[in-house]
Amino acid sequence: MAPTPNAVPVDPESLLVDRLRQGEDAAFEELVREHSPRMLAVARRFLSSEDDVRDAVQEAFISAFKSIQNFEGNARLSTWLHRIVVNASLMKLRRRRRKPEESIEDLLPQFSEDAHRVNPAFEWDGRQDADLERSEDRDFVRQAIERLPDTYRNVLLLRDIEELNTEETARILGVSENAVKIRLHRARQALRTLLLPRFGVPEHPPDASGDAPNDEGSR
Amino acid sequence: MKCRELLEFLMQYLEDELPPEERDSFERHMRDCPPCANYIQSYRAVRAMGRKALCCEGDAVPADVPEDLIQAILRARQEGRAG
Repeated sequence: MAPTPNAVPVDPESLLVDRLRQGEDAAFEELVREHSPRMLAVARRFLSSEDDVRDAVQEAFISAFKSIQNFEGNARLSTWLHRIVVNASLMKLRRRRRKPEESIEDLLPQFSEDAHRVNPAFEWDGRQDADLERSEDRDFVRQAIERLPDTYRNVLLLRDIEELNTEETARILGVSENAVKIRLHRARQALRTLLLPRFGVPEHPPDASGDAPNDEGSR
Repeated sequence: MKCRELLEFLMQYLEDELPPEERDSFERHMRDCPPCANYIQSYRAVRAMGRKALCCEGDAVPADVPEDLIQAILRARQEGRAG
């Protein structure tokens, strides 16, 4: 008879999940202490009031406690909790929303009748490709994201920052995948417009450089 | 392809979802149109800047969880008999 193989190392996370399922108080405290920093960071990206952030994290944990029996062992606890706190933050945001959203149209590229982009006052300064080492620059970007209408900001946060895929984002927001794609594209374009005054350089007037693009080309 | 179409197709291009013919046309336009090339460069940069500004890089997370919040969460569980 073959010798018993060495014991397979037990994943500490599965142990924790077992203890949670058994209702062990210490396991819940461990979960909260380990995961709350990251969950606070996520909620702060969606919510501006610290009270709302705390409420969202608390609601997320309560929801997690209630559904720990449904937690599927093939997911990571951190990923599962991340989705829960994103949901809790969005719920909070929906309850808080009180004023009609401003239109995003003014922040989108404008085109002439012949489909050329018109009046870009700035062009991107390639050298600025954004290490964002200065805290003022990071603040500027954060404030620009904050200025986006919620409809667009939420999609940008979910897709580009929280790194949910299109399908998950659509499900969480209750919209079609196509709507997610359109909103994300507009959100990125609008954010670019808001960042340009700081990270762009004034564009050369076409008649000053002598090498203006040829309008009769492929455009 | 014109500038307007280029921007319409931009996401599909970046996600590698454009059919070969349109992809060629897209890339040709980008070569011939410095403002559009600049636009695409900025579009990519904006995404990276968002991540950097919101501290997602390097998994940096604040460690400052107020103790009263932790206690409130644990108390709420006891009170609700959740879990």
